[in-house]
This record gives sequence, C-alpha cells and structure tokens, in this order.
Amino acid sequence: MISPRRIAAVLKKELLQLRRDRMTFAMVIMIPLIQLLLFGYAINTNLRHVPVAVVDQSGTELSRTLAQIVQATQVVTITEQLTTPQEAERAITESRVRAALIIPPDVSQRLARSPSVGLGLPNATNQTSSRPVAHWIVDGSDTMVASAIKSMRTMPLTELLKQPPNRQVPTFEVTLYFNPEQRSAVNIVPGLVGVILTMTMILFTSAAIVRERERGNMEMLINTPIRSIELMIGKIIPYIFLGLIQVAIILGLGHVLFDVPINGGLGTLLVVTLLFIVASLSLGLVISTLAQNQLQSMQMTIFVLLPSILMSGFMFPFDGMPPPVQMIAQVLPATHFMDMIRGVVLRDASLYELRWGILWMIGFAIFGLLAATLRFKKRLG
Amino acid sequence: MNDVVVSTKGLTRQFGENIAVNNLDLEIQTGQIYGFLGPNGCGKTTTMRMLTGLLTPSSGAISVLGRSMPEAAEPLKNEIGYMTQIFSYYRDLTVLENLRFAAEIYGIPVKTAKDRIDELLHTYDLTTNINQLSGSMSGGQRQKLALAATVMHRPKLLFLDEPTSAVDPETRRTFWEQLFDLVDQGATMIVSTHFMDEAERCHRLAILQHGVKKADGSPRQLMDDLQADVVEVEGPDLRKVKHALDGKPKILSTAQVGSRLRVLVDKSEPQPVDMLRGQLAAFPGLSLTPQRPNLEDVFVSATRGPEQ
Repeated sequence: MISPRRIAAVLKKELLQLRRDRMTFAMVIMIPLIQLLLFGYAINTNLRHVPVAVVDQSGTELSRTLAQIVQATQVVTITEQLTTPQEAERAITESRVRAALIIPPDVSQRLARSPSVGLGLPNATNQTSSRPVAHWIVDGSDTMVASAIKSMRTMPLTELLKQPPNRQVPTFEVTLYFNPEQRSAVNIVPGLVGVILTMTMILFTSAAIVRERERGNMEMLINTPIRSIELMIGKIIPYIFLGLIQVAIILGLGHVLFDVPINGGLGTLLVVTLLFIVASLSLGLVISTLAQNQLQSMQMTIFVLLPSILMSGFMFPFDGMPPPVQMIAQVLPATHFMDMIRGVVLRDASLYELRWGILWMIGFAIFGLLAATLRFKKRLG
Repeated sequence: MNDVVVSTKGLTRQFGENIAVNNLDLEIQTGQIYGFLGPNGCGKTTTMRMLTGLLTPSSGAISVLGRSMPEAAEPLKNEIGYMTQIFSYYRDLTVLENLRFAAEIYGIPVKTAKDRIDELLHTYDLTTNINQLSGSMSGGQRQKLALAATVMHRPKLLFLDEPTSAVDPETRRTFWEQLFDLVDQGATMIVSTHFMDEAERCHRLAILQHGVKKADGSPRQLMDDLQADVVEVEGPDLRKVKHALDGKPKILSTAQVGSRLRVLVDKSEPQPVDMLRGQLAAFPGLSLTPQRPNLEDVFVSATRGPEQ
C-alpha cells in the first residue's frame, strides 16, 4: 500500500527546499541557456578557415594565383608566407599553422600536364609525365583538419585557365533530407537536450538521498513509516518538471536563435522527453543509494555523463563506433534519446517508429526505480 | 499497569571484532522513563537502534510492545517515536513546515492535523517561531521542535538519544517537565544520557559500559546498594593526597570536586574513615567526613571493573 499522502509530503518538502536553494534553481535555468548559446555557436563540424602557411618556391604570378584560389575556397586561411619547407614544418610543430602548401619552382610545367586543368591531354599513367601541381604538408593528428585539407586534393583548377568549370559530372546524385543546408546546429541543439538533461537530472537525484544522509535527516526518515518507493517517487517528481522546463528552454531558444525546426508533434516530443527524464532520474537515484557522500555521487554522475556525451552519438556518429562499444553505448538512456529526440524534432518520427527506444527507456526507468528502492534499506545493518 | 513494554534476552551486537552490545537483558515497564547511562561508545545508541529495528542483533531476542524485533519494525513505526541525537528534521524548512511534514509522513488525518500541530506548537512553546527556519533557531528551540515532531503521532514508546546534550540547564529542566507530562499521558520512554542530573530523573536506570549492563535499578536503589562508602577529604595538597591514595587496596576511586576530594572505599572495609586517616598520616590538617553516595559514585563504582 503506497500512500499518496506521504509521496506528496516528500514532494512538497523537496519543492520547499528547492525554492530556498536559489543557486540550484538559477542553475536549472542558466545551464541550458548558456550552454545552448555556447554550443549552438561553437560546435561546427564544417571546418572553415584553417590557418595555413604558403611556401612559394616559384614566386611567379601563377603560384600567387594558385594560393589565392586555395584561399578562396574558405577551407583555409593563409596566415604566413614562408620560404623553405623546413620553416613550414617548424610552423606546424609550433602549431602556428595546421598545414602548409608548398608550391615547387616548376609549378607551371607541372600545371600544364595536370589533368585538373583539363587541357584535354591524354591521361598520364606515370609520375614523370604527370605530377601533382603542389604539395600540402598537414598536421594530420586531428582527423577533421586532415580530411578538410584532403578534400582539396582533387580540386579543379579551371579558374586558373579561365575555362568553364562545369566539366565534372558527379557519379552520384545526393539529396540531403532533414538538414539540407548542412548546419551543425540542427543536429547539435536536439542532442544538447539529451546532454543537459543527463547532466542535471542525474546530478539532482544522485545527490538527493546522499544529502539526506549527510545532513542527518535519514536517521529521522527511517524511523517514520515512510516506504522506500514513496521516498523515491516523491523525490523525482519535482525534478521531472525542472527537466521539462529545461527542454522547453533549449528547443524554444534553438528554434528562435538557430532556426532548428520542430517538425514532430509536441505530444510525441513530450512522451519521449518525459521517458528520458524519468530514466535519468532513476539512474540518479541508483547512484544516490550507492554513494556514501556527495563527492562520490558527483564522481559517479560524471562517470555516466562522459560516455553520454561522447558515445551517445551527440558528438560522433554512433555508426562509426565498433560493435562492442555500440552495445555498451546502447545501455545508456542518452544514446536512445539522441536518436529519438532527433527523430521527433527533425524527422517527424512517430511513437511507433521509435518503439524500441521507448521500450528500452521504460524498462530502464522501471529497473532503476526498483533497484534504488530495493537498495535503499530502512535498516542500518 | 506494570506491563512490560520492552524486553530483551541475551541481546548482542557485534561490529566485526568489536562487541558493541554484549548479552544485554532488559525489562522496561509501561509508564517509565528508563535511562541508559554510560560513556560515549558504551552501546547506548546501538541498543536503541536494535530496539527500534534499525539494526539486526547478532544474537538474542527483542520484544517491543508485544512484538518481536526487527521483524515488526515497519508496523511498529506508527507506535514508536525516535528522537535522534543530532537534530534530524530539515534545517531549511520552517517550524511549521517541519511539523506539517511529520504529520503527513505519519498519516495524521488532514482534519485533525491542523489541531494537532497547533496543540504541539503551544505545548512546546513554539508559537512565536512558526515561520522561522529551524536551522536558524537555538539548540534548545530546535530540540523542542524535534520533540514536537517526534510525538506528533502520539507514540506509545519514545526513544530519546541524548536529548539534551546541546541544551542549557534551564531548557533541560523544562524539557524534562515535558517528558514527565508525556509519561503522564501514558507514554513510556527510553532515554540515553551521560549526564548524572538527567539520569537521576529517570524512574529506572541501566548503567552500560563496553556494551555490558553493569547495574540496573532506580537511581535511589542504586545509590543505596552501592558497594562502597564515600568519604570526602578536605584540606591542603589535595592533588598529592589523591596520588597517595590512587591504586591503594580498597580505594575504588578518587575524584577532586572543587576543594574536596571524594574517595570511594570498598564496602568490605568496616571503618573507612579510620582506614583513610591511617593511610594519610603523612598529610597533616586534613578533615575527613563520610558522605551519602550520589549517582556519580554509583556510576564510577559500576564502571571501574576490568576493561573488556
């Protein structure tokens, strides 16, 4: 027999405490607000303006034009002019630049034979007859920088010879759904909902039981007729509302500031988010029954938070991870949520299309709540 | 009227190697204030926690209000009140909010809860602090609030773990008056303390040391049964006198109280004053007077046994 009155008592008490804890309440609002602004602008997977150096060993009008064409792609920004490849290497080591374009003295001969200018010469089959026009040396440690430079490997140089550029016929036609302009914010903002909810929801509840223990309230509580499940439910309900406020802030501001569409139904969105909030809260409760003090609960929260950011598909595509890691990542509610929230917000997915994620989330929440309830003993030993 | 409310047989609790409570037999009757007197770490709190079902005994049997513990711990929560040593209600809630919380947790019907809270606010003199955060109140006021919340559901059996250790003597006096009022209304109480004046107010006492019950009885009875005579020594050089007596046969203990030295002499000595005078022949100008034993003497003689 669960007593709604006792649940209400705990709930009311939590709200009163929350109301007096102005800082926590302010953070509930400020965390999503500031992080949305920061990440919405900051995270950009389309790499632009990589600082590079140019080593122009040719010193001709041709080489200068070549450098200008490279700069005009906006992939790189030429920040230094150097004279030797050795200087370029040093500049990369000192991380003044990420890459250097070395234009050899014989650039005009090389250009004449290059297929990229499309003079209609027969395709060369050996290196002596056709060599690259110039040479990039790149700090390849960051794969995103490396691939941005590599994307220029076969760039057409038709402009150099004032030829019409539309000579290339693509092998495939590609149509980009859901984010045709390829704006990172469209992917980042819904994902941010998952990251921020993971952080705040787990953090709030993971401290919940521990705090009562640290302040000595637990000794009083275990001497009352309250049942563990009543305590657990009473403790998570207030935070469900806080979670929903955060979601509204992120998606609302994301829509206004970053023009992130909300294509799905609000009902579907509510169901998916509620489930994720409850799953995160119940995970927090489990942590709370494991941790002995607030520092431990904080450490455990971060232990969950980092994979929820790095492995959930928020930052790096889930499909790129090796299968064993994918299995681990799928334990986390955040992984399912990333897919679901993007599904609802961007792809207008229905509850039925998201059924597996939903089922997992329900299972996770029930399991967490039960585990926390069973772990929380009204006994000391 | 003299029903047994709490009884234990061979109650023992071990924490690893350490025996916190050792083979404890208790019998506590209705309408009594029963005191556990002993130094810190003597097993008072452990015993209370076993009696309330928070700790499972390593061995032994407990019966509380006719039911066996810890099995009946949950159903008995509605009949038991436990006031913890440290204030354990919410410091960031006001007096009224804390009392409301207690009323709701104990399932006091909504209709009667308001009256009950008003009654408690008046009884425990908290009417002027209704909207004060309990964390900002004085120790004495907080203690009153804790008692008010603990008796919210009119428990038949009340456990008070060192209830007045952080309270001034005046507040302690009124606090005890309130305890006697509760007893008058039919409650039974178990109080742990290390204060003699507090112990002296109990109907019955158990003196605990290292988890063993060293003495059990009413304070008067314990003082009458003391196996020692008390002699007070007055005069110069009391510190040297004390060192001269310490460890001598039949001298149970010496303790300086202001300008007097209180000496406990074993009952087997027929002439304690003469014996002491003989021992202290080297110190001129001392006056020796026999005294009535007090509870501290009882406590000292009960707990001076071999360390376990």
